[in-house]
Amino acid sequence: MLSVHGLETCYGSAQALFGVDLEVADGEVMALLGRNGAGKSTLLKSIIGLVHPAAGSIVFAGEEIAGDPTHRISRHGIGYVPEERRIFTGLSVAENLAVGRRPPGGSGAGWTAERIYELFPPLSAMRRRRGGAMSGGEQQMLAIARTLMGNPRMILLDEPSQGLAPRVVTALANALEGLKRQGMTVLLSEQNVRFAERLADRATVLETGQVRWVGTMAAFAADIEAQHDLLHV
Amino acid sequence: MSFVVVQALTGLADAASLFLVAVGLSLVFGVSRIVNFAHGSFYMLGAYAAYSASAAVGGGLLGFVAGAATATAALAGLGLVVEVGLLRRLYAAPELLQLVATFAVVLLVQDLALAVWGPEDLLLPRVPALSEPIIVLGHRLPLYDFVLIALGPLVLAGLWLLLSRTRWGILIRAATEDREMVAALGIDQRWLFTSVFCLGAALAGLGGAIHLPREPANLMMDLGIIAEAFVVVVVGGMGSMAGAYLAAVLIAELRAFGIVLFPEITLVLLFAVMAVILVVRPYGLLGRPDVAGPQPSSFDPHPASAARQGLRLAIVAGLVGLVAVPLFAGGFTLQVMSEIFIFALFAASLQFILGIGGMISFGHAAYFGLGAYGAALAVHHLNASMPLALIAAPLVGGLGALVYGWFCVRLSGVYMAMLTLAFAQITWSVAFQWYDFTGGDNGILGVWPAPWAASPSAFYYLSLAVVTIAIWLLRRISAAPFGFALRAGRDAGDRAEALGVDVRRQRWLAFSVAGAAAATGGGLYAFLKGSVFPDVLAIPMSVDGLVMVLLGGIDRALGPLVGAATFTGLKITISSATDLWRSLLGGIIIAVVLIFPRGILGTVGGQRRGGAK
Repeated sequence: MLSVHGLETCYGSAQALFGVDLEVADGEVMALLGRNGAGKSTLLKSIIGLVHPAAGSIVFAGEEIAGDPTHRISRHGIGYVPEERRIFTGLSVAENLAVGRRPPGGSGAGWTAERIYELFPPLSAMRRRRGGAMSGGEQQMLAIARTLMGNPRMILLDEPSQGLAPRVVTALANALEGLKRQGMTVLLSEQNVRFAERLADRATVLETGQVRWVGTMAAFAADIEAQHDLLHV
Repeated sequence: MSFVVVQALTGLADAASLFLVAVGLSLVFGVSRIVNFAHGSFYMLGAYAAYSASAAVGGGLLGFVAGAATATAALAGLGLVVEVGLLRRLYAAPELLQLVATFAVVLLVQDLALAVWGPEDLLLPRVPALSEPIIVLGHRLPLYDFVLIALGPLVLAGLWLLLSRTRWGILIRAATEDREMVAALGIDQRWLFTSVFCLGAALAGLGGAIHLPREPANLMMDLGIIAEAFVVVVVGGMGSMAGAYLAAVLIAELRAFGIVLFPEITLVLLFAVMAVILVVRPYGLLGRPDVAGPQPSSFDPHPASAARQGLRLAIVAGLVGLVAVPLFAGGFTLQVMSEIFIFALFAASLQFILGIGGMISFGHAAYFGLGAYGAALAVHHLNASMPLALIAAPLVGGLGALVYGWFCVRLSGVYMAMLTLAFAQITWSVAFQWYDFTGGDNGILGVWPAPWAASPSAFYYLSLAVVTIAIWLLRRISAAPFGFALRAGRDAGDRAEALGVDVRRQRWLAFSVAGAAAATGGGLYAFLKGSVFPDVLAIPMSVDGLVMVLLGGIDRALGPLVGAATFTGLKITISSATDLWRSLLGGIIIAVVLIFPRGILGTVGGQRRGGAK
């Protein structure tokens, strides 16, 4: 579904990605692991077009999307949930969902606000609450929900468990497992291996802007040495 | 009691058009982060368009309605042209370039309006249906005042509905908060920007049209209203529509009562109220702290500012060359060159706060002008000698900068630009209106140099010496620890504060020093011209200074001199060849900005860091 080849991205004169390759199959949850500064967020931002890659190709569903404007990449069917969540703090929950709303491209019912509230029950009780008045976990749910409203074929999740209480992380993992069962393709950037392990089929590990390890999530989770080398855990 | 009610009603009616202009300005800024200088020009064009449309259908009530409709539609169309043709290319550019580019539109519109409608004031013939008197507590008020009083809240309510109840409105509010995220959700922002700009322009056009029955259309409406609209936006709180309405009412009421009760100090009153509000609520009455935060300056990427050896040699050689000029140049050339030196100092002082301080001033002419007036008034009222008058200039300008700066440095970015402009406009109004003291628009004549400096070559040497010393001092300050602290405050205010730098104080001092430096040039300018007119304080003068800085290069040691020479040369050449120098200047500005969309030096010196801010 998504294949990235030889991707190089720079911030001014500082290069952040050095020839990254990545393959994500349809319906697969791919974990993107690595320490702070490894280039995980930069890779996701390059895919969605918030930063423009200097070289390399990004093919999504058979089409080259590298260099396209962000809104067009999004319309191809890629949803992006940023690390900082970036919900619209002045808008209500329902309005946040409305901004993300986009009818499904092909057949199928598509996401509605009602289905979203089933997936994230806590949101249902706070439809009229301002985004700025929500807790971190609620904001994270809203950020994912808002992206789903656009009926993406794949979502990029940037460290969704970061900064959340353990109980909230569990609830989030449950919701994401629900999504996975529905066949959603996910590229999940994480530092929390245990969280990734619950969801991911395979893993790609980045270090200083290069791919160091690719394989099944189970194999990486079992490989204490690789975890120690690459993640320093 | 009845007097209070009647004045209050008049004020409310006055607030309507001011509100329409300010709220459009605020909406456009919220989404696109561009402060549209040309918004006042849209207002002016609205008034002219309404006048013509009304005349075309034979006046009367029908004419008025047709005029308002035409103005609204025509300005929405012009907004489309300006947004697609110019602004769309500028969204990634530094704020300063955006401001200057929209000012170029002001210049173009001025020439356009002059060419189409001529220099005379155009008064809409009386519309009997609108001037029908209504008796309020024994006073007669025209019906039209009540139409205007109702219009403000109606438009406010309409906009509120639009923004809270429509998908378009929700998207606009979302884009105001986080444009990137809106794009990541698959929304093409371009049409959002275009549509909101058209709406803003249409509101300004309508504002001009509804003001027409009260005052004639004239060529000074544009800068007059834009300065007031800036005050309204800053006082009301950027991005707050209700705040804009409150502030428009407040300003209009102050004027309505001030004109009757204290006609001489109306402006001072306005100033005092604005000052108090900004001290108590720095983000305005209903404003919230700027979500986008201070923008990192994209200027002056290299902190080292001490002149390199080669450059020093070039400067010394250049100075020797300049000293030799009077040996062969004629009087006219020397006068032009003296003027260039004076403007070089003006530009250098502006470059100092822009480049090193990261402060955008759109009212720097206030200090240049205060210097000129300080010197001229010292000669005129106190019979001061030229040296004394030249010392008075920086004192007056520096004091002005100290007072205005105290408020201005509390804000940053475009907020600061707006406030500096408003202060400059207030100063201009004082000079323009205070006949007894400043001579009003007749200016002050007979400010001639002392006999020893009267010859063109003597004045040339005087200017060269004063300007060289002043610029050298500015550069000395830039390279001193003070200059580095200033840069630290510019690039990372919070971190500089954490290191013990009193950022606001540094900025205040720098602003005052720049004001005094500009005023030194202003003092010389008064003696060069032998007279002073309110023009030296006006907005176009401030913009001239900005254009000089941009032309020369904002972080180049010789930038101010090169910029002043290029600009003055262009102006002399163009204005002797054609009356359309404003259009040509506007065209040049737009060309410069479009060819170097990241700033002239950004293009030469290095790329911006990745990602649209």
